[in-house]
Amino acid sequence: MIFHKVGRYLRWYFVLPAVIVGSGVLVPFAYLVLRAADAEASELVEIVFRLRNLILFGNTALLVAGVVIVDILLALPVAWLTSRTNLKAKRFFTLMGVFPLAIPSYVMAYAILGLGGKDGAFAQLFGASLPRLSGYWGALAALSFYTFPYFFLNLRSALLGVDPALEESARSLGYRRRWVFYYVLIPQLRPALYASGLLVALHVLGNFGVVSLMRFETFSYALYLQLASFDRIYAAWLALMLLAFAGCLLYVEARLLRGRRFHRAGIGGVHQRTLIPIRGWGKLSYLYLAVLIFGCVAVPTATIVSWLIRGLDSVSIENLVKAVLGSLGAAVPAAFLSTAVMLPIVYLGVRRPSALSRVLERLAYIGYAIPPLAFGLSLIFFAQRAIPGLYQTLWLLIYAYMIHFMAEAIGPARSTMYQASPNIEEAARSLGYSRLNAFFKVIFPLLIRGLTVSIAFVFLSAMKDLPIAFLLRPIGYETLALNVWDTTSEALFAEAAPYALLMIIFAGLFVSLLLVRERNVHEQPA
Amino acid sequence: MEGAELKSLAFVISLLTVAAICGAVDAKELTLYSGRSKSLVEPIIKQFENETQIKVKVRYGGTAELAVALLEEGENSPADLFWAQDAGALGAISKHGLFQPLPDTIPSRVPEKFRDSGGMWVATSGRARVIAYSSEQIKAEDVPNSILDLTDPKWKGRVGWAPQNASFQAFVTAMRVGVGEEKTEEWLRGMKANDTKSYAKNTPIIKALAAGEIELGLPNHYYLLRFKKTDSKFPVDQVFFKSGDPGNLVNVAGIGHLKTSRNSEEALTLIQFLLSAQAQQYFAGEVFEYPITNKAVPHPNPKLVPLAELLERTPTINLGDLDDLDGTLKLLRKVGIL
Repeated sequence: MIFHKVGRYLRWYFVLPAVIVGSGVLVPFAYLVLRAADAEASELVEIVFRLRNLILFGNTALLVAGVVIVDILLALPVAWLTSRTNLKAKRFFTLMGVFPLAIPSYVMAYAILGLGGKDGAFAQLFGASLPRLSGYWGALAALSFYTFPYFFLNLRSALLGVDPALEESARSLGYRRRWVFYYVLIPQLRPALYASGLLVALHVLGNFGVVSLMRFETFSYALYLQLASFDRIYAAWLALMLLAFAGCLLYVEARLLRGRRFHRAGIGGVHQRTLIPIRGWGKLSYLYLAVLIFGCVAVPTATIVSWLIRGLDSVSIENLVKAVLGSLGAAVPAAFLSTAVMLPIVYLGVRRPSALSRVLERLAYIGYAIPPLAFGLSLIFFAQRAIPGLYQTLWLLIYAYMIHFMAEAIGPARSTMYQASPNIEEAARSLGYSRLNAFFKVIFPLLIRGLTVSIAFVFLSAMKDLPIAFLLRPIGYETLALNVWDTTSEALFAEAAPYALLMIIFAGLFVSLLLVRERNVHEQPA
Repeated sequence: MEGAELKSLAFVISLLTVAAICGAVDAKELTLYSGRSKSLVEPIIKQFENETQIKVKVRYGGTAELAVALLEEGENSPADLFWAQDAGALGAISKHGLFQPLPDTIPSRVPEKFRDSGGMWVATSGRARVIAYSSEQIKAEDVPNSILDLTDPKWKGRVGWAPQNASFQAFVTAMRVGVGEEKTEEWLRGMKANDTKSYAKNTPIIKALAAGEIELGLPNHYYLLRFKKTDSKFPVDQVFFKSGDPGNLVNVAGIGHLKTSRNSEEALTLIQFLLSAQAQQYFAGEVFEYPITNKAVPHPNPKLVPLAELLERTPTINLGDLDDLDGTLKLLRKVGIL
């Protein structure tokens, strides 16, 4: 009986992704443990188990909490406005809500730092200088301004996917609109909130670009410093401690999500939703959106343009083309592959939650939490010993991106999966379709909106990646992000500008391409 | 019959020729791991390729990242050369025994201060530590003339440095060698007590000076010159401390020949080229770094002091002795700066 049950899931389309995720995350983990084993006790006390690291952990926790809260406050109104109201130019606002993800973290930090101070943008425009935002508040602003799209897109998918009948029943039972929001909508949004929260938290945990420029010391500081002094042993200890911290976050999320059910229980089709009209005070929504777009999109873009006009001698078109092709060549396949690998695992996790499915999903998050430099080193170590032919090839880079960014694909896919009722799948099965066919006939179309977002997330992250490309790209392989970093780190900001602009343009193009495909089945004028 | 034999002979010969050509092409190739930015060194590498017909495959990356990658690759590394941004990384690679000694003709082309005493690596250009100041808030004559004066309470909260940066750490190592462990520790404690602001690296120090967040900063010399290139009114200036002051350390970018090298001849040709007047001129003119060979460059950069003055300014310390990075990190941790 048990074997019968297990046997049903021993299909290649479940086993293969499970093996990829499992091995993909266990290899770097094993590497860290191996390196950590060489440590000496006295050095451990001095470098790893010191009071300062505890303080850094405290700083990290404060920053994680702050960014998650600010992100929700920024993202929820935009998600609601672009999914539930008759707001004009929704596509534009949706695109703008994703756009900040295309901006590299340190560029966002430079943009915010560049506002204040005596030579700051504000002083040049208005004659009076603002104090420079830095430290905790600077880091909080820079990180929230480009991470809130994780919440925005997840929440928007979820809001579009909630069966309108649920809210209508609540309303017909006498609930006020506000109560419906708290008691019906918020619980429905939980998977999306938790998934984005986890993602953002892990992202903040590993961020170095923003916190270092903002002079706010978090734990990733300690880790980076250790590697920068050519040490791998105690760096491995610090990386493992970071993973332990990530493990705590994962545990909390798992507890919160346990035993939830979000799909429709009833029969019949989902009818179309009536959009809430914006009028009166609602017009303020446009002001809100304008301010948000100004801060998160216009300010960083204007910063890059100001670098450009400050003095660019010449730019090699050949290098630009090479960098664009390199970025796309690694990021596009990685985006589709990680989503494809995550899909069966998400499916299992929602339909047949078991210890194994939970472990696999958690593993993907662990892969995301492994500091990218350590991750890259582990693949050098592994590839050199096991498959030397693969080292310094594009394949290895794509593989690394796929494993590292897989976790970003989980949230959007999962929250739409939760809402796809198993009943229709069973109906299709009873009509004689195989499991795989039934899935692609009836479930997959319902997931497209979520999967689109998954692909976009991984794509944008892979576009921005630096540390993994540093260690694993083939010799001579160029990406836009590498060029932006290379030039800004030498204070050649004008030379960085064309690459940074192209990065934003291509990221924007790719995401709008994905969003255009999205069918607006739920939209109907009020 | 003869015709057939001739044909097959011709075939064999053409095969051999092809093989020889491929072999020659293979041999004329070189793999360089460059911790120096692509935007700075690509033009000079191109010149080398054009002149020698040796193709250089360059892996660009951060100096620290590449050093760690080299350690991880070990004996399987495809690299012939490692070109690093600072002497510390070269020292670390040298300590792990990954370099092979350079032939005597190469190190002798640079002053003793700027090469490894064991002959494992050689400098390619110099990068001086300076004191930069906000020219709107401080007059040139009020800038302190020794780094030891920065602990004066009158500078409280007005100075910026980058303790995580490799150049800064090399400077602290030099200070320990030059003025002793105790005095260095005392200075570091004084700086900390004086609320010296920590920045991630050199560029943010310059930006903070322009923004008025700090008034004095301790960066490398060339970043400001790059800011001034695009904006001549940029409100920051820089000077050396008095001659021999530990604050004037001249650090170097340098290169070493790896044991894993399979193209030694080409590798040494590249090192020779980087020490040539042509390459040294490029570093001075385009990158704003100090030319470092015994021979002067044809067109000195007016923004840079001549090598003789530089040698007099910098403390009398051999860069090859600056390999005790661990000791510096220990000290910085002990004082609570890292």
